[in-house]
Amino acid sequence: MTAMVRAERVRKSFGRVEALRGVDLTVQPGEVAVIIGPSGSGKSTFLRCINHLEQISGGRLWVDGELVGYRQDGDRLHELREREVAGRRAAIGMVFQRFNLFPHMTVLQNVTEAPVRVKRIAVDRARETALRLLDRVGLAGKVDSYPGELSGGQQQRVAIARALAMEPKLMLFDEPTSALDPELVGEVLAVMRDLAADGMTMIVVTHEMGFAREVGHHLVFMDEGAVVEEGPPREVFADPREPRTRAFLSKVL
Amino acid sequence: MSSTRAPSAEPDAIVAVPVRHWGRWLSGVVVVLLVVWLVWSALRSGFVDAGQVRHYLFSPLILQGLRATVVLAVLAQATGIVLGVVFAVMRLSKNAVAAWVAGAYIWFFRGTPVLVQLFFWYNGVPSIFKSIDVTVPFTHTTLYSARMVDFMTPFMAAFLGLALNEGAYMAEIVRAGISSVDQGQVEAAQALGMTPLLTMRRIVLPQAMRVIVPPTGNEFISMLKTTSLASAITYGELLRRSSDIYSTNLQVVPLLVVASIWYLALTTVASGGQYLLERRFGQASSSRRRRRP
Repeated sequence: MTAMVRAERVRKSFGRVEALRGVDLTVQPGEVAVIIGPSGSGKSTFLRCINHLEQISGGRLWVDGELVGYRQDGDRLHELREREVAGRRAAIGMVFQRFNLFPHMTVLQNVTEAPVRVKRIAVDRARETALRLLDRVGLAGKVDSYPGELSGGQQQRVAIARALAMEPKLMLFDEPTSALDPELVGEVLAVMRDLAADGMTMIVVTHEMGFAREVGHHLVFMDEGAVVEEGPPREVFADPREPRTRAFLSKVL
Repeated sequence: MSSTRAPSAEPDAIVAVPVRHWGRWLSGVVVVLLVVWLVWSALRSGFVDAGQVRHYLFSPLILQGLRATVVLAVLAQATGIVLGVVFAVMRLSKNAVAAWVAGAYIWFFRGTPVLVQLFFWYNGVPSIFKSIDVTVPFTHTTLYSARMVDFMTPFMAAFLGLALNEGAYMAEIVRAGISSVDQGQVEAAQALGMTPLLTMRRIVLPQAMRVIVPPTGNEFISMLKTTSLASAITYGELLRRSSDIYSTNLQVVPLLVVASIWYLALTTVASGGQYLLERRFGQASSSRRRRRP
């Protein structure tokens, strides 16, 4: 079986700052991988490399068997064109910490925009799918609202529906609840839980340890740009092997 | 602190003697007196013959000039907006040559007086290039050919000069608008698989409008007045028509008043349009936007 994501010694530097110093990680289809770690550990950077929002500076990164951002010809790498990169990204959903909904479009338009413009799906069908997805995230009544009229939790649920509308094979969540008021976190986590139960392959960067423990199949602890420890969440939480993992968990639990 | 608070225990409304601002009253009276005196003495001197103003306000020549002013302003502004978008995108592009060319264009056209540019197009260009020929490259097929003096009419020179000059200002306005859009919007569009062009057209530019529209309205209002410079290269717009008339009948002040009345009318209408546009686009990303009816 092809791994959904395979990272080998992935490095990324911004100028002289090394954000990733050799990340090795494999995520299987249907798996929910949860990445935790202190801020500045490179979790979000790694996530952004997976859909090529950041270009890696070393190592190799594959999504569903295809190199991210490059085409391999023998032992030569060719950079992909913008259009090709965009095509690959269309199959990967991403949910951002700050939602990033399009403020000039209604909730429905936010969800139908990419299917219609990128995948060239007929407007009627895209609408149908969007309505079904918005119903699934509990926002059937907000279809004609603008993002500015919604609470943070509602906006994030729209953002999840927007990503799902592209029928992605992989969903990336970049601290999806970090910008939310505490009482709104639950509704977003519930949608993500529902998605996980449905078999979606997910990589979630989060500080929600409860979610990591209950929903995650695969817990990854990152520090200083590398994976320090990984394994089944219950085992890692109960009995961390690495001192750095232990130190981090003792602070957040 | 709990239990027995009377539900109707509202504090008394305040009744107090407001502070009297005698200074404001006094300065107000002085200003009103000054204005009344100025207007009255001007009218008494008979500097403006109201009858003449009324006579010329709707005269055919003046109305022709008015139409020419509006046509020139609208065409030059529209072209300037298109040029502005093109040069703003070039300026922000990763292509160093495009960015440099756009920078040089903006530097040159913002850095020289528009009146000089008009003279340049009208007098300079025909003295350098004797004819204008549009041919299919590398063949002898000629699509259009004319002597430059015939091609570079006062209208053409005024249009080219004002549009190119406006393009430079609009480029900076559009650039500011594009830069004002949150980078997260671009990332969200990219993450959905949208190409850079689609992202610009569907996500960035519509949001940039909120920043672009108000100064563009100001630019158009300013353009309505700047067209009067075209009178210097004999284009028959409003000011030129007025001065044509007063150079024969010497009614200088009434005709300048006529021109001013029309300019004021145009800019007033444009301000109203600007207000409506701003209301429309200002909403685009306001958080207080009401649901559409």
